Amino acid sequence: MITFMNNSDSEEEPCNERTSLMSAESPPVPSYQDGLQASEAGEAQAHRKRRTGGSRSPNNIADGEMSDSSVPVRESTLENEEEELTLKYGAKHVIMLFVPVTLCMIVVVATIKSVRFYTEKNGQLIYTPFSEDTPSVGQRLLNSVLNTIIMISVIVVMTVFLVVLYKYRCYKFIHGWLILSSLMLLFLFTYIYLGEVLKTYNVAMDYPTLILVIWNFGAVGMICIHWKGPLQLQQAYLIMISALMALVFIKYLPEWSAWVILGAISIYDLMAVLCPKGPLRMLVETAQERNEPIFPALIYSSAMMWTVGMAKPDTAARGPSQQTWDAAEDGRENHRSPSHADSQMSETRSPVPTRPITSLEELEEEERGVKLGLGDFIFYSVLVGKAAATASGDWNTTLACFVAILIGLCLTLLLLAVFKKALPALPISITFGLVFYFSTDNLVRPFMDTLASHQLYI
Amino acid sequence: VPLLPRAFFWLVSLLLASLIWFVSVHLSDRENAKLQYGLLIFGAAVSVLLQEAFRFAYFKLLKKADEGLATISEDGRSPISFRQMAYVSGLSFGIISGVFSVINILADSIGPGIVGIHGDSPYYFITSAFLTMALVLLHTFWGVIFFDACEKRRYWCLGLVVASHLLTSGLTFLNPWYEASLVPIFIITLGTGLWAFITAGGSFRNILKCLSCKQEDDSRVMMYSALQVPFED
Repeated sequence: MITFMNNSDSEEEPCNERTSLMSAESPPVPSYQDGLQASEAGEAQAHRKRRTGGSRSPNNIADGEMSDSSVPVRESTLENEEEELTLKYGAKHVIMLFVPVTLCMIVVVATIKSVRFYTEKNGQLIYTPFSEDTPSVGQRLLNSVLNTIIMISVIVVMTVFLVVLYKYRCYKFIHGWLILSSLMLLFLFTYIYLGEVLKTYNVAMDYPTLILVIWNFGAVGMICIHWKGPLQLQQAYLIMISALMALVFIKYLPEWSAWVILGAISIYDLMAVLCPKGPLRMLVETAQERNEPIFPALIYSSAMMWTVGMAKPDTAARGPSQQTWDAAEDGRENHRSPSHADSQMSETRSPVPTRPITSLEELEEEERGVKLGLGDFIFYSVLVGKAAATASGDWNTTLACFVAILIGLCLTLLLLAVFKKALPALPISITFGLVFYFSTDNLVRPFMDTLASHQLYI
Repeated sequence: VPLLPRAFFWLVSLLLASLIWFVSVHLSDRENAKLQYGLLIFGAAVSVLLQEAFRFAYFKLLKKADEGLATISEDGRSPISFRQMAYVSGLSFGIISGVFSVINILADSIGPGIVGIHGDSPYYFITSAFLTMALVLLHTFWGVIFFDACEKRRYWCLGLVVASHLLTSGLTFLNPWYEASLVPIFIITLGTGLWAFITAGGSFRNILKCLSCKQEDDSRVMMYSALQVPFED
């Protein structure tokens, strides 16, 4: 499954989508990927799907073919090796995803703590029309629930709209939409952010310099995200965009609504990805049928992309074993580098069937990466940022939420390795995060404060 | 990062302890300061016990995971040595506990203010820093000793670790009287460190070898490792 992420920013813009970088060519053969995870996010239209996971079975099947002619014992050793690789892979993937998520959260928390702008209440988005300044608790709760319902329905409508567009092949429309939204994000929001940061630190900057900086930042960002660019630069841009988006959310969502929305979105994510009629699932299946990369989607990917040149000569030399492998792969999606990587792999397989399998598997190891939807980044950062902004226990709560989210991510990746299909990334982490936030804020904080005031250590 | 599940376990233990404390505070008389202080001591003791319990639970979890990894890997050994795991586990426990204890103090120390203006000690920050350092080190050492004791089933070691933890925490109750609390705590830290070092298999000879290794002929070492490569295939 793919991950889509639409972020709509403020009142003015309807929606943003971000497309991840990877070259837009569809791989000729679907190769397996590490599983997908889908999650929904964003305000107006936000689809995020995340794809991660490791599918080992194609590997198994391909290996099985070759080991058929060899000793059957080989198969069991192969399976063992694969299991081991799954675990090792799992650990590697976990680490590959921890770093960007951590970075995004650090940026958001640092901004929230230092720049006053993002904690001031300057109005709300039109998606959350009910105000929370009401005298009674019940009224406030009701308003936040209503806000949540509106927001979630907007998201659902947008997702369904996107699925419909995709089904009817209106690719140009979708691309235009994505480009427009990332344009707005890269230019307008960066401008606002930069302005606020400069204001906070009382640094003067003249307009020509500002225009130069913003223009360069935005133009390079557009190229990196929608076309080609160095992987790390693309990753950095995606992280920055997620942080900006999360900051907007933190600023414009009223408090109780934010928490209820976070909870509701994880439930929605769970349903949209796992239910048979969920929009995200339909999207993924449609893309699978068409054998296309679902979208140059709004996903953060952690692995390297092979250049086109590398894949082409390989495809020419594919042998008969490729056929059976393709058939096995049909059920999977493959987009981005695994396609190139796998085609190269299959190429090396056919001419050299007696080659030890481990080396091929090692090749696969490096090529496979993990994908996480940008919306996941955004909502994790929103949770941690809100904790930093509103918790009176300050850093303890923030840290606790941070640890909780990362552990949730760990568990989700583990489940991914076990189930090998697209999984929603939000529910477990957000649940942990919310539980830890509320419990730390209300229970741990008074305890630690009292201990600290007597300088007691436990 | 292997540090994280450990930190998570510590947080959960802290959560439970605070829950207990909170409930007890609410059920009791708020006005009575002595009672509150007593409850605080109770809460701290409960927290220490829970931390050790969670350390044990983590040990069990690690053991299972280790066995799983060992059965999967080709040569029946697990990729990470158990000592390393004990060290990492103790370290992460220490880090998260230290960070939780000190980070609010650090954040406050940036802001405007005068330390000890209400009659408390002016050395609050410095002593907090030292105490936190001692605590982090202690947790690391306790982790190593604890895991080793569990491996070898030396339960008296376990009891000693728990007792020393309680003792350290109790010593911090003497806090404005810094001579009585800081000095013993540091002595305990050194002692525990030595014990952990011996448990991990170190000895005086090892230290000497380590120090003198650096002057050895490096090329010999490189050749040896070059020889090793084909075997590791």
